Amino acid sequence: MKILQSIDIFPVLLTLAAFRVGQLCQQKWKKPVFNPTLIAAILVIAFLLITGFETKAYNAGMGKLSWLMTPATISLAIPMYEQFQVLKKSLKAIAAGVAAGTISCMLVVFGAGALLRFEDALLLSLLPKSVTTAIGVSLSELFGGMGGVTTAAIIITGILGNMMGPALCKLFGITDEVAQGVAFGTSAHVIGTAKANEISGLTGAASSLSLVVAGLLTAVLMPVIAGLM
Amino acid sequence: MKYLSQFLRITAFTLAGELLQRVIPLPVPASVYGLTLLFAALCLGVVKLEQVKDAGGFLVSILPILFVSPAVGILENWGLIQGVVIPLLLLIALSTIVTFGIAGRVTQVLNKRGKQDEDSAKH
Repeated sequence: MKILQSIDIFPVLLTLAAFRVGQLCQQKWKKPVFNPTLIAAILVIAFLLITGFETKAYNAGMGKLSWLMTPATISLAIPMYEQFQVLKKSLKAIAAGVAAGTISCMLVVFGAGALLRFEDALLLSLLPKSVTTAIGVSLSELFGGMGGVTTAAIIITGILGNMMGPALCKLFGITDEVAQGVAFGTSAHVIGTAKANEISGLTGAASSLSLVVAGLLTAVLMPVIAGLM
Repeated sequence: MKYLSQFLRITAFTLAGELLQRVIPLPVPASVYGLTLLFAALCLGVVKLEQVKDAGGFLVSILPILFVSPAVGILENWGLIQGVVIPLLLLIALSTIVTFGIAGRVTQVLNKRGKQDEDSAKH
């Protein structure tokens, strides 16, 4: 273990292998619960706990890759631009839907979290829970939240939105394809978008656009809501 | 070599985002500045879709792998959340349902209204 802990490529290899296992599970069972990121994280955590491999050494190895996160997040502008072209006619409705959804999400988290007497650091970690991990984690850490909790909350949110989405569309009477996409993208980011893509191309496009807009809007609203604490 | 020039462009937007974050005294991640700038550049035609699409598509596709390491970070935060796991999950479920319903309903109502206006304008 000591030798492996000194080799930075080992955590990278471990993460890639764990992600590959997660991907194979998802291909086999085709359920959102088998989210490759979630499975990979569980496998890596199990490995660290069982072997006693130091978390610090794992982070040091993965840290060499973390600079990729910013350019990768910036590249979300590309699908956003493509969807923007397709959805030009519905932009106002989409903007209003994303704004209403994002504001209610943050208010519900803030209100319920305060009622449950969650600590500030926990509450701050949960506020960006409906947006894409790329933006959510940096927001959480910028405001003093915990990146690990935020990532877990974001993935669980995505899986729930993906699984409950079709039933929620019926429950709330959401029949319009664009509106369904906005619901998936605003509430359940990329993982919800996977389900939206199964419904129709238009729904998927609306979902992809909404998830980026929701991320940007959450960045704008974070200081306002955090200011209430 | 098309990837080289595409990566170069995206890296330049990343640097711009990082610089803005350091210059502007607001709690906004560098990625949000960079994303906004790249989107604006695409809309204005300063950057063409083909000039960033392949490298950008690759970067977007590896995002889920990059999230593994932050997710593993929950190990370090476990002490703070272990007592509140159930309420935490309930809060996540509740807020997801509310967000889904409100975002969908608001869009549907406005989108229908928009379509009706368009139809009545035609008649």
